[in-house]
Amino acid sequence: MAKFFSVLLPYILSGISVGGQYALIAIGYTMVYGILRLINFAHGDVFMVAGLFMVYMAGSMPLYIAAPLVIVLTVALGFCIEKVAYKPLRTAPRMSVMISAIGVSYLLQNLALYITGGLNKTYPDIPWISDNVQVFGATTKWVTIITPFLTIALVIALVLLINHTKVGMAMRAVAKDFETSQLMGIKINNVISMTFVIGSALAAVGSMLYFSNYPGVVPTSGAMPGLKAFVAAVFGGIGSIPGAVIGAFVIGICESLIKGLDTIISAFVPGYAALELATFSDAFTFALLIIILVFKPTGLFGEKATDKV
Amino acid sequence: MQKKKNHGKTFAGLVAIVCFLAVVLVLDQIIQPTDSMAMLLKVLQKASVYALAAVSLNLLTGFTGLFSLGHAGFMLIGAYTYAIFTIEPLQRDVVYQYYDAAIRVSFPQMLAQHLGGLGTVLGVILAILLAGAVAALLGWLIGLPVLRLKSDYLAIATLGFAEVIRAVFQWGKLGPVTNGSNPLKSFVRINSFKLTLGGTTLSLSTFVPVLLAVVCIAVIVLLINSSYGRAFKAIRENEIAAEAMGINLARHKMLAFCTSSFFAGVAGAGMAMVLGIAQANNFKSAMTYEILLMVVLGGIGSVTGSVIGATLFIAASEWWLRGLDSGTFLGINAPDIFRNGFRLVVFSIVIMIVVLFFRRGIMGDKELPDLFRRRKKTPSKAKGGQSHG
Amino acid sequence: MKKMIALLLALVMVLGLAACGGDEPAASADPNNNSGNNGDVAGTVKIGVFEPQSGDNGAGGKQEILGMQYANTLTPTVEIGGQTYAVELTYADNQSSNDKAPSAAQTLISAGVSVVLGSYGSGVSIAASDTFGDAGVPAIGVTCTNPQVTAGNSHYFRICFLDPFQGTVLANFAKDQFSAAKAYCLAKQGDDYSVGLCNYFMKAFGEADCVYETFPEGTSDYSSYVTNAKNQGCDVFFAPVSTEAAALIIDQAATQDLGMPMLAGDTWDSNVITGAAQGKSNVDLYVTTFYQEGGNPEFDAGFKAFLNSDSTYLTNNGGNDMIAAVSVMGYDAYYVALEALKAAGSTDPAAVMAALPGVTFDGVSGAIAFDAENGDAVRDVAYVKHCVTETGSWEFVAQQGV
Repeated sequence: MAKFFSVLLPYILSGISVGGQYALIAIGYTMVYGILRLINFAHGDVFMVAGLFMVYMAGSMPLYIAAPLVIVLTVALGFCIEKVAYKPLRTAPRMSVMISAIGVSYLLQNLALYITGGLNKTYPDIPWISDNVQVFGATTKWVTIITPFLTIALVIALVLLINHTKVGMAMRAVAKDFETSQLMGIKINNVISMTFVIGSALAAVGSMLYFSNYPGVVPTSGAMPGLKAFVAAVFGGIGSIPGAVIGAFVIGICESLIKGLDTIISAFVPGYAALELATFSDAFTFALLIIILVFKPTGLFGEKATDKV
Repeated sequence: MQKKKNHGKTFAGLVAIVCFLAVVLVLDQIIQPTDSMAMLLKVLQKASVYALAAVSLNLLTGFTGLFSLGHAGFMLIGAYTYAIFTIEPLQRDVVYQYYDAAIRVSFPQMLAQHLGGLGTVLGVILAILLAGAVAALLGWLIGLPVLRLKSDYLAIATLGFAEVIRAVFQWGKLGPVTNGSNPLKSFVRINSFKLTLGGTTLSLSTFVPVLLAVVCIAVIVLLINSSYGRAFKAIRENEIAAEAMGINLARHKMLAFCTSSFFAGVAGAGMAMVLGIAQANNFKSAMTYEILLMVVLGGIGSVTGSVIGATLFIAASEWWLRGLDSGTFLGINAPDIFRNGFRLVVFSIVIMIVVLFFRRGIMGDKELPDLFRRRKKTPSKAKGGQSHG
Repeated sequence: MKKMIALLLALVMVLGLAACGGDEPAASADPNNNSGNNGDVAGTVKIGVFEPQSGDNGAGGKQEILGMQYANTLTPTVEIGGQTYAVELTYADNQSSNDKAPSAAQTLISAGVSVVLGSYGSGVSIAASDTFGDAGVPAIGVTCTNPQVTAGNSHYFRICFLDPFQGTVLANFAKDQFSAAKAYCLAKQGDDYSVGLCNYFMKAFGEADCVYETFPEGTSDYSSYVTNAKNQGCDVFFAPVSTEAAALIIDQAATQDLGMPMLAGDTWDSNVITGAAQGKSNVDLYVTTFYQEGGNPEFDAGFKAFLNSDSTYLTNNGGNDMIAAVSVMGYDAYYVALEALKAAGSTDPAAVMAALPGVTFDGVSGAIAFDAENGDAVRDVAYVKHCVTETGSWEFVAQQGV
């Protein structure tokens, strides 16, 4: 048992940490999908741009100014994207909006490529959370430890917001029935903007945690975390915030374990010939997506809705 | 929609295509690789492959209303199948340097032993057909579970499948077949296509991919104009109504999906031929997005639109806008602005403008010949999308 | 009206983002920057620079270009067939990507270059090789160490050592220096350089004693791989991957206290690596390379002055004036190209290709001559360097042969 613990613990620790960061991105996906029925492909790239904001601003101002400013700028970016790229297409077929989202993602990546010159940008060290800490004999960064707690705290705050405030009620109403809520006098444009603001803010926080852990930002940094966070949202049942968070932790931990699967098996099975299973660390997430879509399209906590599948 | 068959128009179209092929053949002879116009040939080669890919994607999204994002995966399968079965036998062990190659069949070489030069050609055709067939088979397998899904759920499921396929092809344990994650090369590529008549050698390096695209797109057009094509369009417009009219939804969707996969596989084979290298890493979801943007640029639901969209996309990104990256564009020298990556920024802004303001793309759902036809009614303009306040 | 507002917003967004990076100096060099403008030149001869300026290997490619640019400022003209030609460097960015490489190569060929230098990274060189071959333009590999670059063709030459040599040197070094019994090898999927080098390392080290793993493109979480190496009880950590991934791996190794020496090939000889390792006292890092700073004081002083003369150069070199071995190789490659042009007596690519096998040059990184079989440089020595983490600099360890 002790051996089991000591072999698996480092993988699970890093899995929880990655999972928490995916969760913060996944909330943005799940909220937007819940309300607009739109897969916001650009969300992962917003997360990447938040990383770049930090890289460029940390050089010229102290961190306690830079960090809130990054969140403000990211929120502004998310807000603008919605106004420019999605709002004009509100009555268009869903496919057009999704293509627009792909276009925005393409644009953000190319802008980042132009601005960075295509080079890897080193993320600044954030004091304390980038420092090392010992947990049960495994060494890791503080950010690994605080990520899950911070994530859960933010999620609780968000759930309270949705369940106990007026704007939260409006959000639930719009998610339930777009047309009717409009007839009931809800200003849906404000509600949608609010959704993008919350999603982008969480993505900015997620980017700080993620890039503190993996301190390199490239134009494609957001693509994979974005897709995986989206899978997490589908896994948990799209539209459901707790579902997205649980999905993100499951995916983060599984991914980390698969990268170490050969080592883990060889620790318990003598004479095991490595199967190079680490190749499937990304593919596993997508295999999970397909299985969920085919067998339980509403995900773990999703509500039954006929128009989804 | 289709009025009476106009044989004169069809004939004119055929003549135009033959003339175009003849021009390509001539260009192939007079432009040398060191000429400054050599870029034109490179663009034609690449554009023809992408045009085929775009048309095959359009068959799904534009004509059947199935939104699939798995195209890169099918192209990957086509590229690998083609490459594996045409690798030069003497080079096989050099290519599979870390593995013991399991498949040791080279169609062109095998058939050339019996039929000479004709055998080489047949071998290449056989490999291309096999590339399409394997892709179509996989399309069928994937289609079984996912075609029940709708709209964006179908899109992400196919996207997921493409990523899984890419990982499987990079798996080290499949190395004897796929060469692991390492590139396949030394197979028959476009520069191998030469025709010796008497004493003169004709270069066919651009003609062959263009011909391949023309033939395949012609087949797709025939399918679209058949009763199957009308069924596809009915499904696109309204699934429930189509089913009520007696169209077997599952069967027709599967047919569209497999046909699209087949031609995506052929396009993948073409891609391998043009690039001279086949590697799983090149077939990322970004490639699917690019093809989708070509379709949107040309107009969803227009075959000629997709061809024009793909050609413009490739020509602009590979050739015309190159100056934006290297300091001088249209005679303006501004190295601080026109530096690496600016081309792609300009390009993506243009695409966003098309997506937002010219949603019907260049052609809408019209075909090129429609534009020559005299019409009383002007084509309806793109509808603005803002009824909400 | 709404559309106008939307368009305006889009513009603001774009400008806002662009302004963010406004203080970043121009990334790619101006093509006409260094072309010689001697009064009595007979014409211009173009040398193609086929290097990555973006993507995984962008940082290394830019350093390699700097060496060529420096050489070009020192010797901007060349005597060909009795006439003086100005040398113009023509650039193409292969974006570190195998599928972008052929069209980048075609740009150079269409521009009418006589000979091509590059690339940093073996994969792109292999991918573009046929394009050069079809056009009959010779290419000189600068730091692409995979054997397949030059194997089986007559147009690709190379001035650096090869991976079978480098892998053996590293394996021997691991065994001699650390008495290592088990090695952890990490490569990037589909990357000819890291996969090839790991393979030759394992052959020399003994495949049964190696744990070999690969990671997919776009990975940023390397913590599990570090854990794997620790759990499997390895003695050395061999990861000859791109500097971009390396910075993240070093960070993880320090975080998790890897506890074994890290080894890598020539790509890690970069200030990106020393920057990542600086201040991380538990990182023990060794690389093999082509050149040791201090080997030629005259060159070192001149090159540093060149770097400090322009902020763009300094940025392209990673922000400081530490000399990368790849810059030295770029410098030598430029002179090898000039020698070939002189020997050919013509700017015709075919003549240059015919002249190249006989070219010899006594470069900063050592004497350069091509072998008859593949056109590879005859080299039998590599330098091993150790990273001093307190100061973030390299110290010379040994000169190692097979």
